[in-house]
Amino acid sequence: MPPAVVLVTGVSRWLGGALAAELARDRAIERVIGVDTVPPSPEMLRRLGRTEFVRADIRNPLIGKVIATASVDTVVHMNISSTPAGSGGRGPMKELNVIGTMQLLAACQRASSVRRFVLKSTSAVYGASSRDPAVFTEAMQARRVPSGGFARDSLDIEGYVRSFSRRRPDVGVAALRFTNFIGPRIDSVLTHFLRMPLVPTALGYDARVQMLHEDDALAVLSRATTGDFAGTVNVGGEGTLLLSQVIRRLGRLQVPLPSPALGSLGRLTRRFGFVDYSPEQMRFLNFGRVVDTTVLREEFGYTPRYSTEQALADYASTVAPVVPPEVVAGVASRAEDLVARVGATVGAVGERLRPAPPSPGLRAVRDA
Amino acid sequence: MPEARVIPLRPDDDEPHVPPRPSATWEEQVAGGLEFLSRRLTGDYETDEFGFDPDLSDHVLLPLLRPLFSRWFRVETQGVENVPATGGALVVANHSGTLPLDAMMTTVALHDDHPARRRLRLLGADLVFDLPVVGSLSRKLGSTLACNEDAERLLTGGELVGVFPEGFKGIGKPFRDRYTLQRFGRGGFVTAALRTGAPIIPCAIVGAEEIYPMIGNARTVARLLGLPYFPVTPTFPALGPLGLVPLPSKWLIAFGEPIETASYGPSAAEDPMLVFNLTDQVRETIQQSLYQLLLQRSSVFR
Repeated sequence: MPPAVVLVTGVSRWLGGALAAELARDRAIERVIGVDTVPPSPEMLRRLGRTEFVRADIRNPLIGKVIATASVDTVVHMNISSTPAGSGGRGPMKELNVIGTMQLLAACQRASSVRRFVLKSTSAVYGASSRDPAVFTEAMQARRVPSGGFARDSLDIEGYVRSFSRRRPDVGVAALRFTNFIGPRIDSVLTHFLRMPLVPTALGYDARVQMLHEDDALAVLSRATTGDFAGTVNVGGEGTLLLSQVIRRLGRLQVPLPSPALGSLGRLTRRFGFVDYSPEQMRFLNFGRVVDTTVLREEFGYTPRYSTEQALADYASTVAPVVPPEVVAGVASRAEDLVARVGATVGAVGERLRPAPPSPGLRAVRDA
Repeated sequence: MPEARVIPLRPDDDEPHVPPRPSATWEEQVAGGLEFLSRRLTGDYETDEFGFDPDLSDHVLLPLLRPLFSRWFRVETQGVENVPATGGALVVANHSGTLPLDAMMTTVALHDDHPARRRLRLLGADLVFDLPVVGSLSRKLGSTLACNEDAERLLTGGELVGVFPEGFKGIGKPFRDRYTLQRFGRGGFVTAALRTGAPIIPCAIVGAEEIYPMIGNARTVARLLGLPYFPVTPTFPALGPLGLVPLPSKWLIAFGEPIETASYGPSAAEDPMLVFNLTDQVRETIQQSLYQLLLQRSSVFR
């Protein structure tokens, strides 16, 4: 049964807005309500179509009134901030993430109309450390429980959502653990990081990176909203790349720095609101994380259209490389030509110097 | 005047004689190197979810290890026919030598001496992956963390997995205990094999014990550096970096007959008695073949 009234939080961000726009195009859904603390950009507003925008803070009990009066039956919670830069510091970020989720869940628990709750979670809940198994399945837990930042918030949020689903067993709860997003339009931690022409990384470490294309992220969210999957599922593209490989494929230059230097650089750039090199982010950039997507393909019923490699290639088409691959190929082929020419010359000189071997045809014949 | 007649040089041989392929000329080698460099610069190669980088390992890491394998240690491989050409299998070997050169030599042995050129996917201790450079290089060479999840995933994927159940107890044991197997962990490797039905191939390595004869262990230094042991050998740390040159002992690597586990069924992994028995069986087999190999070797260096 398709949902009648859908509430999407965090609609002013790219992914939230894209989901609301997609749901609004579906005529089977009566109403789509988008909630965010900041109004969407005019361009986003145009895309949102018949979505009704409510400017509200989910940290405020007002959200309960919105859910009750519109008799919302499906809630998609996407208003989770992954970097302190976007929400004005770590304090407000934690408050938005944790207190916001608690308020939203409290409102949902009261509203008897709610039938379905979709949480946009993250694979960061598995942490990132040297003691991790190479591939995480949904049943596994972090080997080193993340102690702060986005991952800790996400763990707390998942905990609250689990206890909500215990208290309201009639509500179908889907928690989607996304890997890092990438694509031409989305604005994610990774796209920020990879847009820099010189990419500083930790010396002596190379993370395994799994990515999800924005179109696949959208399709999974939309399917989770209109479908009936309940449970936790990892969402990521097929295959992995190493961080060094990602940087090279984008034609960026990798600057390996010793970890302590990178830490101070991170503090400096964070102050200016550039790239986030929080300790948590650093651990991810050192060790990486890969999730198993069998549940996504077999139980959830979706196979991502883009593999990690293809998603990166699609993103690469939008960033101008610092070292274009054509230049590398050109230099390599010119060098190869040179080697071949030198080789031919040396060979020719060698031929001249060597005495001519006797004609081979005569050897096969013996005097009788 | 007698007629000239053609006398075939190889009368039994119908096929035309194919001259052996000349080894790559230096131009081809340089061109190959350039191709490799341009592939590396543009990131145009494949890596897997464990971080294994076959391109790097074939073109840089294995060629670096090969001189050590064939010239320095003159490794002789025996019983490669016991290692299946396809499908998952678990190679269990003794561990020694202060630095895990035995793991690398076994990797080269299986890649170069096995007809199917099998890649050995090693399971390493968590300390290995904690270290910068060493950790990421180990992953690129095909290793992953020694945990049941990874072992089972590799075995189900049909990979050849290598494990050293003695761990640090084996590699960091004093020289006087050479060729005596230490305790075999908790038998995690047996449960992984049972769950996936992969055969266990006992492997005995002779020669690694003598490369860095460990005559002492500076425990205080080890504790300060956070290492399980800090070796003192006749040359290290007395001669500084020169002490890192391994002694050129003669190596023998023997792969024994596979111990099949598929007939027990995956549920057998829950039977601790069976796991202990299999662990002991593997341990005994390796110890026996170590003694046999030692008799084959005329001296430590020859």
